[in-house]
Amino acid sequence: MNSGDTAWVLTSTALVMLMTIPGLAFFYGGLVRRKNVLSILMQCFIIMCVISLQWVLFGYSLAFGPDTGQGIIGSLDWAGLRHVGGLPFKDYAETIPHSVFMIFQCMFAVITPALMIGAFAERIKFSSFLVFTILWATFVYDPLAHWLWGTGGWLKNLGALDFAGGIVVHTSSGVSALVMCILLGKRVGYKKEPFRPHNLPFTVLGAALLWFGWFGFNAGSALAANDLAANAFVATHVATAAAGLTWALIEWQQHGAPTVLGVSTGAVAGLVAITPACGFVNPMNAIFIGMLVSLFCYIAIAYIKGKLGYDDALDVFGVHGVGGMWGTIATGIFAEKAVNAAGANGLFLGDIHQFLVQCMLILVAPVFAGVVTWILFKAVDALMGMRVEKKDEIVGLDLTQQSEAAYTVIE
Amino acid sequence: MKYIIAIIQPHKLEEVKQALEDVEVNLMTVSNVLGRGRQKGLTEYYRGAKEVGSLLKKVKLEIAVNEDFVEPAVNAIVKSARSGEVGDGKIFVLDLPSVIRIRTGERGSAAIG
Repeated sequence: MNSGDTAWVLTSTALVMLMTIPGLAFFYGGLVRRKNVLSILMQCFIIMCVISLQWVLFGYSLAFGPDTGQGIIGSLDWAGLRHVGGLPFKDYAETIPHSVFMIFQCMFAVITPALMIGAFAERIKFSSFLVFTILWATFVYDPLAHWLWGTGGWLKNLGALDFAGGIVVHTSSGVSALVMCILLGKRVGYKKEPFRPHNLPFTVLGAALLWFGWFGFNAGSALAANDLAANAFVATHVATAAAGLTWALIEWQQHGAPTVLGVSTGAVAGLVAITPACGFVNPMNAIFIGMLVSLFCYIAIAYIKGKLGYDDALDVFGVHGVGGMWGTIATGIFAEKAVNAAGANGLFLGDIHQFLVQCMLILVAPVFAGVVTWILFKAVDALMGMRVEKKDEIVGLDLTQQSEAAYTVIE
Repeated sequence: MKYIIAIIQPHKLEEVKQALEDVEVNLMTVSNVLGRGRQKGLTEYYRGAKEVGSLLKKVKLEIAVNEDFVEPAVNAIVKSARSGEVGDGKIFVLDLPSVIRIRTGERGSAAIG
């Protein structure tokens, strides 16, 4: 046990909590129309409540509990936090209490489904969303976390590298979000009326809080206050800086002016891309990863999305799906054992093996997440209906789903 | 000259603008307003306290036109703003005795477009 490590991981846990509310909530909340801002804040807030409970009751056990034998899922041995207490569990973190590791991971389980909110924003029925989210956490997040991070997980056994969640968090939520928004259909008025962000200062505030909280997400994933945490911290910061700047430069070149929404989006894309890599690559390569992610995500959002015509309202797939997959591949390109002895050497150091493993990851994870999301959507849609009535969508989700309004026009 | 005031559903604004453009009515003033007609407001709750029948958000268009444009403009608004349900709004057409363009001091029909 080490009090410095414990203090750092507890602090990181609080930082990651801050990413969902208020970070992500305001990042997304500012981007929707004023009639839907509370629905976004509500969805983020309720996920914090519901998934935290799911996690301690059985989610943690499914993801990190003793493997049931095939590397697919953990057993329910640790349900209700049985065997999860003050003593360290050596396989995961030797120097901090097991309960600290559990609650740190809890915040990851919370933010992952919350990321998807952006894709189906402004048209989902709240009750169905709630049921879907619990099912998704149980049948997509928990198994994927087990495959990559749980002791005995089959992808972990194959040597797959995902330092803080490029696959488990971002690729899984990004791809699932894409499936959701395609199945749910476009918003009323898509391409006919403007969907302007109603409060960009909220969005910038949210993006800044995400950047701040992400130090806990990435550097906390070292699970110790050590040189690896320091590398992850620095890599995270510079990749984000490079990505934000690159996005601004792309816009400047394309439209004659850089936008604050662009620099914020680029920064988030940078954070996503460096997530799987930050504990395996050196900071100079992190800059490169950040620059390229903005290019890839910009192309995905500005060109490919419009061509394919899906209504990913706040670009969850474009940022988290694309960024997460690029970061996962980039880990296989730039990883070096000099940064992390437990990692591997990537393509740039002449070793193709890790690169191929990472490429396999971005095939396996999207297929699994996509197929299960499709099944869960169809099930919930058949039983409860996933989308609100057209007239409720027009009035807005704040009034029709939450019975409250964000702003008064007259006192 | 007539002064047309149209109260419409907010989400119909883009369609109405397009329809007016199609009959060459391009000048208008638009504002956010609250209102209530036959359509009742929705119930809201704040920490359990019920707020009933609040006013609904509408958009108000104000358009000054010469006589030739009155019927085309009114028809364009009716066609594009209609959903067939309560809450579609109303159009008021008023006589307009005088118009002055501030930049030039022009008056009457010449100042309108």
